[in-house]
Amino acid sequence: MIVVYADHDLGILDPLSLQAVTAAKALDADVQVLVVGADGRSTADELGAHGATVVHLAVHDALTDYTPLAAARAAQQLVTELSPQAVISAGTPRGNEVLAHLGALLDAPMSADTVSITLSASGDHEVVRNRWGGNLLETAIVHAPVLLATIAPHTVTAVESPESVTMREFTPALDPIDTAVRVIDRTGGGGGGIGLADARVIVSGGRGVGSAEGFESLDQLAELLGGAVGCSRVVTSAGWRPHSEQVGQTGTKVAPDLYIACGISGATQHIAGCRSAKTIIAINTDKDAPIMGFAHYAVIGDLHSVMPALVEATRAAKG
Amino acid sequence: MNIAVCVKRVPLSGGRWVLNADSTDIDTESSFLGFTLSPHEECAAEAAVQLVEANGGSSTVISLGVAESAEQIRDLLAVGIDRGVVVETDGTEWDPQATAAALTEQVRAGVPDAGAFDLVLLGTEAADTADYQVGIRMAHALGWPVVTNVKGLTISDGVARCERAVGSHREVYEVALPAVITVKDGINIPRYPSVPGRIKARKKPIDTVAGEHPAPRLEKVRLELPEVEERSATVLGTGADAVPALVDVFRQIGVI
Repeated sequence: MIVVYADHDLGILDPLSLQAVTAAKALDADVQVLVVGADGRSTADELGAHGATVVHLAVHDALTDYTPLAAARAAQQLVTELSPQAVISAGTPRGNEVLAHLGALLDAPMSADTVSITLSASGDHEVVRNRWGGNLLETAIVHAPVLLATIAPHTVTAVESPESVTMREFTPALDPIDTAVRVIDRTGGGGGGIGLADARVIVSGGRGVGSAEGFESLDQLAELLGGAVGCSRVVTSAGWRPHSEQVGQTGTKVAPDLYIACGISGATQHIAGCRSAKTIIAINTDKDAPIMGFAHYAVIGDLHSVMPALVEATRAAKG
Repeated sequence: MNIAVCVKRVPLSGGRWVLNADSTDIDTESSFLGFTLSPHEECAAEAAVQLVEANGGSSTVISLGVAESAEQIRDLLAVGIDRGVVVETDGTEWDPQATAAALTEQVRAGVPDAGAFDLVLLGTEAADTADYQVGIRMAHALGWPVVTNVKGLTISDGVARCERAVGSHREVYEVALPAVITVKDGINIPRYPSVPGRIKARKKPIDTVAGEHPAPRLEKVRLELPEVEERSATVLGTGADAVPALVDVFRQIGVI
């Protein structure tokens, strides 16, 4: 049996958690999911539809918002009670964090950003995991009775596999120290823009955009296509755009239907963040830029002349 | 306030990756591009320098790695870090548990003549291995709280207020020091070393201690290059003349 820690925020399941459930189903038919916090109750149907047999809902007065160490305590209690072969989670910031805490609590190794898992009864599990944001793959042996691993985003497609899911509530035993670090407030947001991670279309700019003002046509195209604006690290370092829009190994990793790379050369650290896009279009003056090896379509030319014309043509095409 | 910053020397990645003969490591000899630090860690060091500028105290960089890690430490001394410690390895890679244990030992040792550390800063994950766990394991070993993925940090009256970006909003956490905080690229813009900074850095101390390597529990077997679909972009045209073809692509994939 496999335990999956589900990453949800105030009852909204992170879609990557469903990919983790699908990855777990490939290892064992019995996938039981840990959901922490009473507000996570709403996730049970979606988890069941993807193959969870049991949802263990950890409810406690102190668990009013995300509380990483307490989530790991709850997982530790499930490990003791259920003796799973593995505990896995989506490779989201929260998934990685909770599994790392669990590793520390169990004094056990943890494989982050994992792309494949071969469980072993002897406790020498083989994993393949990303290095350098997926530019290299590492095969490793995890020496531990229970494998702890997070699943690299977008390496598995979530598939439905309906089970009649049972909900079981439990109250984890928590010390005050377990809840000392928790979300105490939320700021910002509510801007109404589409988040990078969820955007179907991303219009992204790099060094070639040249200035903050140069993003005007990118903003316009993103709006017309119902998408978001992204950028490379050079752009945030120059202060042209906020860091929240940075795509890449140290920014957000995205998997939109369409990624339009404007004036982006395609450094490995940027490619690590956008290689999962279904279609990549590059607009670049340099026909030999590394991005051309990753893009499906290219326009050779100056984005400053291409983009305004593209905005007009797109507007016209939409009628 | 005494701050420790943990950093790791990593190869400077170019556009091309070459592995050594037995596929256990990156070939840094024939594809030599130099070495650097992860952007997250450069930001951690910058945060330490800013906190000490504002609050007084000292900053120490600790690095587990080969003796040449002193080069990366020297770069950070040039931007205002006070001292460095290399926990020297023979170049063998240490797994996250072993790394956390060795770094924790140096944090426990404190600052000579200045007492214990109040804060340990790291990058949320290293650029190469991206294990997402060394800071958390250190916090458990030290019995300190830990906040990860931090993109905003202020400290007053011994309490660290941390902000973490989630989608389009920010979560706020508060922890009492001593604490471990792992930061992300974007928390600040690291300064470049000045010439006077470089000259001062030459006189700052870098201590070396020997690391004892325990058996790995996350044991690297081999590395490989992922199979990448060999792709050569279909060129739709040159300049604005390509716009009708671009609009056709938008239609084909259903975004308009």
